[in-house]
Amino acid sequence: MTLLETDDLTVRFGEKTVLDGIGFTLAAGERLGLIGASGSGKSLTALAILGLLPEEAQVRGSIRLDGVELLGRGDRELSRLRGNRMAMVFQEPLSALNPLMRVGNQIGGPLRLHRGLSRKKALAEAISLAEQVGLPDPENLVRAYPHQLSGGQRQRVGIAMAVASRPALLLADEPTTALDVTVQAEILGLLDDLVTEQGTALLFVTHDLAVLAQVVRRVLVMGEGRVLESGSLETILRKPAHPYTRNLLELARAASFHRAPEAAR
Amino acid sequence: MRRAARRWRTLRTVASAVVRRPTGAFGVAVAAVLVLAAVVSVWWTPFDPQATDVRAAWLLPFQRGHLLGTDRVGHDQFSQLLAGSRETLFAATGSASIAAVLGIALGVTAVLSPRPVGAVVVQAIDLVIAFPGLLLAMVLAAVYGGSLATVVAAVGISAGVGVARVSRAEIARILSQDYVLAARAAGASTGRIVRKHLLPNIAPTLIVQLSLVMALAVLAEATLTYLGYGSSPSTPSWGGLLHTQQDYIRVRPLLVIWPGLAVALTVLGFNLLGDALRDATDPRLRSGVRS
Repeated sequence: MTLLETDDLTVRFGEKTVLDGIGFTLAAGERLGLIGASGSGKSLTALAILGLLPEEAQVRGSIRLDGVELLGRGDRELSRLRGNRMAMVFQEPLSALNPLMRVGNQIGGPLRLHRGLSRKKALAEAISLAEQVGLPDPENLVRAYPHQLSGGQRQRVGIAMAVASRPALLLADEPTTALDVTVQAEILGLLDDLVTEQGTALLFVTHDLAVLAQVVRRVLVMGEGRVLESGSLETILRKPAHPYTRNLLELARAASFHRAPEAAR
Repeated sequence: MRRAARRWRTLRTVASAVVRRPTGAFGVAVAAVLVLAAVVSVWWTPFDPQATDVRAAWLLPFQRGHLLGTDRVGHDQFSQLLAGSRETLFAATGSASIAAVLGIALGVTAVLSPRPVGAVVVQAIDLVIAFPGLLLAMVLAAVYGGSLATVVAAVGISAGVGVARVSRAEIARILSQDYVLAARAAGASTGRIVRKHLLPNIAPTLIVQLSLVMALAVLAEATLTYLGYGSSPSTPSWGGLLHTQQDYIRVRPLLVIWPGLAVALTVLGFNLLGDALRDATDPRLRSGVRS
């Protein structure tokens, strides 16, 4: 069953076209990777789906969630879906958390908003979510402020916040880029488990092929605001059709070659 | 009920964090002394601050029970300082209140209203900022007559516009933060974002600004009264004291030093209090990691 479908999605800022005819479908519980260099429009695609593009953006085309058109809907209607049917995990775990709000209130926020839970119940729920995402000592941790946590813990909080109301669609925008390699693997494992367990569809945005290979099987390669090619991860890795993809692969190999001596030490 | 209890707990945490630093404790002490002096002076001063007694003129400190001595006409200086603190306190709190309300209202309007309206507000702010505050006070005094109310209005307006400009940038910065985007991605409405994310995050800078406004108002009140644009000479005030005693600075320098010291300590106290409050309201700067 199709959960998300975009068709000819085009976004312009004044004269500049930043997304050009993006079209793809995502079935319920399916995983799709969006890969491309910075500025290829992959993060914008995620924001467009949530309806969170800047006001001056002109959007055309179609985005359907559960068969219902999202484009042209009011902010109030969309905010009922955001954090409820669809949610997002951000790249920078520190800046994506309010520095003056206790972690528990941030995790429980969407629950109070969408399910009308009382403060007490939302906090209890936040504690169990914190436990679910592998945060240590959840009862005390929910009372901490974001700056008191490590980078990996903060991203776990971000994930807990996103999956709190069991969304059908989870958008992850470079969720591991700001973390060091060992923590990266843990966070990817966590996302993998949660998505499998909850049956959530995942749209995973990244520029890192190695990261992508750990979570998804199907890939969309983006460049300059367009979808350049799509297919299974294996096909893309073995027989990249587009020169842009080939270049991306070569750069990734070169990067891992440079990284190798360091890892050996 | 439970919400009130939680607010009270937060307030206590902040207060204890302020007092824990020596500078914060000094600021709190200065503010407390000022409030105490202003309140007490309404009912009691050691001598009538306005009573003249030529036989008690030019007394030195501690002579005949005059704590800080007397001047040319026998005014008890300590009583005059106590009575003058009322003017100072009113100038500080009045100006800061006007500045806070005006500043936040203008700042939020400038950022959240549609582009043309916001642009007009920003231009208006820049226009008023270009106009010096003391000059505005003198113009107001020339039109409406010099009084404490004119001083408060002038300082409040000119400082409020300054607060608006600084907080506009701050409001715009906060609203462009990832956590605001994350909150919207989690389904928060604009009202909720203003309440839960904007106001708490702008409070620290606002508090610092307002304490600086208070310091500025104390100084402006003294300056304007000294220049003759403030309250009438018959009302005791620190600026008025400086004005009348400056003629005798060579004979009795102490007479100028007391009101000067009072102004300087009050200004310093408000500045230090502001710094301590900023550190205390921000959990990242509050000492002690996890409570």
